[in-house]
Amino acid sequence: MGGKTEAANGPTKSPAAAAKPDLLPASPTLPSLLSDHLKSLKLKTKQQELLIRVSLLGLVYVLAFVTRLFSVLRYESMIHEFDPYFNYRTTLFLTEKGFYEFWNWFDYESWYPLGRIVGGTLYPGLMLTAALIYWTLRFLRFAVHIREAVNTGSLAWALGSAFGYFYMVSAWGGYVFIINLLPLYVLVLLITGRYSMRLYVAYNCMYVLGMLLAMQIRFVGFQHVQSGEHMAAMGVFFLMQVFYFLDWVKHLLNDSKLFQAFLRITVTTAVGVGAVALGVGTASGYISPWTGRFYSLLDPTYAKDHIPIIASVSEHQPTAWSSFMFDFHILLFLFPAGLYFCFKRLSDATIFIVMYGLTSMYFAGVMVRLILVATPAVCLISAIAVSATVKNLTLLVRAKSKVANSGAGKGASSGKASSKSKNFCTDGIFDKQGLPDQSMPFQRNGAIALLVGAFYLLSRYATHCTWVTSEAYSSPSIVLAARGAHGNRVIFDDYREAYFWLRQNTPPDAKVMSWWDYGYQITAMGNRTVIVDNNTWNNTHIATVGRAMSSYEDEAYDIMRSLDVDYVLVVFGGVTGYSSDDINKFLWMVRIGGGVFPVIKEPDYLVNGEYRVDKGAAPKMLNCLMYKLSYYRFGELTTEYGKPSGYDRARGVEIGNKDVKLEYLEEAFTTSNWIVRIYKVKPPNNRWSTAAGHCCVQVQD
Amino acid sequence: MARLSLIVLITIIPFISTLCSSFSPENPTDRRILVLLDDLALQSSHSLYFSSLQSRGYALDFKLADDSKIGLQRYGQYLYDGLILFCPSIDRFGGSIDSAAIVDFVDSGHDLIIAVDNSASERIREIATECGVDFDDAPVLFQGMGHSLNPANSLVLKALSASSSAYSANPKTKLSNPPSLTGSAISLVSVVQARNNARVLIAGSLSMFSNRFFRSGVQKAGSSIKHAKSGNEQFLTELSKWVFHERGHLKAVNVRHHKVGETDEPAMYRINDDLEYAVEIYEWSGKSWEPYVANDVQVQFYMMSPYVLKTLSTDQKGLYFTAFKVPDVYGVFQFKVEYQQLGYTSLSLSKQIPVRPFRHNEYERFLTAAFPYYGASFSMMAGFFIFTFAYLYNK
Repeated sequence: MGGKTEAANGPTKSPAAAAKPDLLPASPTLPSLLSDHLKSLKLKTKQQELLIRVSLLGLVYVLAFVTRLFSVLRYESMIHEFDPYFNYRTTLFLTEKGFYEFWNWFDYESWYPLGRIVGGTLYPGLMLTAALIYWTLRFLRFAVHIREAVNTGSLAWALGSAFGYFYMVSAWGGYVFIINLLPLYVLVLLITGRYSMRLYVAYNCMYVLGMLLAMQIRFVGFQHVQSGEHMAAMGVFFLMQVFYFLDWVKHLLNDSKLFQAFLRITVTTAVGVGAVALGVGTASGYISPWTGRFYSLLDPTYAKDHIPIIASVSEHQPTAWSSFMFDFHILLFLFPAGLYFCFKRLSDATIFIVMYGLTSMYFAGVMVRLILVATPAVCLISAIAVSATVKNLTLLVRAKSKVANSGAGKGASSGKASSKSKNFCTDGIFDKQGLPDQSMPFQRNGAIALLVGAFYLLSRYATHCTWVTSEAYSSPSIVLAARGAHGNRVIFDDYREAYFWLRQNTPPDAKVMSWWDYGYQITAMGNRTVIVDNNTWNNTHIATVGRAMSSYEDEAYDIMRSLDVDYVLVVFGGVTGYSSDDINKFLWMVRIGGGVFPVIKEPDYLVNGEYRVDKGAAPKMLNCLMYKLSYYRFGELTTEYGKPSGYDRARGVEIGNKDVKLEYLEEAFTTSNWIVRIYKVKPPNNRWSTAAGHCCVQVQD
Repeated sequence: MARLSLIVLITIIPFISTLCSSFSPENPTDRRILVLLDDLALQSSHSLYFSSLQSRGYALDFKLADDSKIGLQRYGQYLYDGLILFCPSIDRFGGSIDSAAIVDFVDSGHDLIIAVDNSASERIREIATECGVDFDDAPVLFQGMGHSLNPANSLVLKALSASSSAYSANPKTKLSNPPSLTGSAISLVSVVQARNNARVLIAGSLSMFSNRFFRSGVQKAGSSIKHAKSGNEQFLTELSKWVFHERGHLKAVNVRHHKVGETDEPAMYRINDDLEYAVEIYEWSGKSWEPYVANDVQVQFYMMSPYVLKTLSTDQKGLYFTAFKVPDVYGVFQFKVEYQQLGYTSLSLSKQIPVRPFRHNEYERFLTAAFPYYGASFSMMAGFFIFTFAYLYNK
């Protein structure tokens, strides 16, 4: 279940996803220009088509790669976000120690003191690809630092996802989407009567081989035949056998009445046996129930009520309309149009596209991160719409001017259609449309106006995509940028400052406690042991940290002592106005902590259901560890001209407890913009055996 | 009680800076001791006690407590290994010494003896409270002050407690309320051993160190036997030996562990490994390290709670050893020896060691239970072959 968080290399991929569409709609314009030139070269239509296809694909790849360079240009060559740091660290390990060590890697630097079996709890595809590229380059006598290899590795992921289900499984937990989409597709085909031998062979081969291969990934293992998520695929697999068997019997019997009777018996038995098997399997625990993440996909409110740790990840929040608009731009309107064109000429392939588009669109609405899954589908369908529209319009224009030249038009159009190997559909549309009616007046002018409008939209879209990629998806969350008072760019590099401080100034076996978001970064950049990290496999352990953060200092001290914590790291945005800091995440710590330890109660931290940090805040809030660590010495500081001291810029209030005193911890390091604050846990009092008047809290997992 | 007259004398004794003979882990007995007095007359009235210390090799440096030139450290180095405060009435220490400096002195591993009289100044009370001892305000019959121990601090002990019929009150005033401190809850002499093994002695009576008390005869109430000499001398001498680490000091060395049959210490164990653990423990006799012999030293294999707890066997020559199996749980474990024996320095050893699960090729290869499955797959393969041949060549 933890797998998906860990494999959320999502954010880095989004630029590519966002980048592709801006070429796709533009593609029909290119061939129309090119075809004129190519005609003079007297190439054959087939060759033309091939050339255009290859060059277009090449351009797509180049563009996808180039958009990724935005971040390097705007910041520097570094690894973004949180999860890629884990990928980086594991890849480094893989290249240094070799595959078998990697496969059996027991990492004792994370999840102290439990440790983590890395080899068995990750999707190794990404690291293997990166390492493979690295080794290849090494073989070619290039000295590359592994970091670059990781960068190209994530690109290779984008390219290589087509290589197959196995690769998908090995690289990302999102493969579950595919394994459920495919049976659904097969089922729809069966119902609509499009069943064929081809389908039978393809699906069975895919399922059996894919399953066997996927089981080689240690993290997946027997989940493939046991977990509820994979049951749909298995069910459809058996259904196909039954269906084929029935087909065969029907062919053999040649008697409809006999067959009817036979059908009734077989179907009843098959359904009965299947239901019993599923029931027994679930009841005996052999087939695990669906995981919470899966439920939360079907019911967006599920996670919020039951599993705070899933709901706490911002990527798992339902998508807001604005972010749909922001990411998809005009594609949002072209999507339904594309669906219309797909339905117009229904084939096995278009059915798949339609289903892929619809399901992924639904899931994208449920979880922000699944926009990634939806993006290719949306691009594809929108491209169909644009392509069809533009073709119809150009046809109108051409038909008016040169009715006779339909042959050339056809050649050109097949070139356009080939832009993204979806000519199956556009060709069909073209065939069906035939030549438009010539009787309508102003048709030509109207068509030209529409064409110009469409091109204007597309160019606006391309601009928008470039802007989104450079502004929104190229900012590494580890380095923050803001606009200064004079419009100049201010860079806050506090995270790295803090991690390097840890690396340089703490003992090598020091244990650092922080909220799990920063775990991967601390191990990768600070090279220190962490208590919890982004691989959220042990909820109790995370809840223990959440409990420590939301307890009073003395209670938290006992918890920290029991976990051998030496340093505590908090992220604080009160000085810079950085809003995704620990105080704003704090309610999730309370919820997650309270989910396991009922002594932590959310209402204790709220006032009339309101979360506040100013004078009106709840007393427990004002004295819990997280508050104290965030606001220690903050009361003396004037952050903004004309405001009282201790004015929190991230929340826009004057804090309620300005006189924070620490008894069991001492400030060790605060970065230049106060974004990261590190505290040292003091050793127990030399002359006193127990903390005055408090008994020990037993913390056991 | 005879009140000591106060004579102010300023003596300038050069600082002894013989760093070579100072306190060290190898030779834990203190060497240089600063004695702070209210009155230099104490030097002669308590000379028996001081000379017993000097005869055991201590260099005593007598100073008046309000001497403006005294200091415990210079250039960040402590000049003394131990401190004796025979200055119950001092209100303000001279030089760079204050109560915080004395507490820091103890926290950096140095030893301290405090004795008070009928009176104890705020400063002295402050230091005692820091060590978990609260003086009661009334003098009791042994000519001094009883005190109570803070129940929250388990590091402080009574070395001498009052008899069960005693009570703590001022004998010169009329007793109107029942006394708050009674019986053996009253501590007359207390000792503290801090976590860093610094030792502190707090005595409620300064007179008990005096020559007069050392020499005077004593008769137990209700008993006819007369002792020619009180036990004060022996009691306080032995206590001072303890405080200045001549007695009861342990050291643990050579902690080692390895798999059974190997000698090198591995960086990591696997679950279910058999391992051996050994540690050597010695006791300081005042002159040399002698093997420490006990049968209650235990080792824990610990990850948030002890998974294995074993009593170590000893060869009577200081070596303690045991062997056990690593539990079937992976994680970052610690070998922990927490040995806290009354009167001895506490030993607290911990050594971190990760325990990993099986590697993919360390599992059993052929399971008997799985033979039906092996049979199934091989028969399937054979069947596939036969059918292929049958279909291909048997038209």
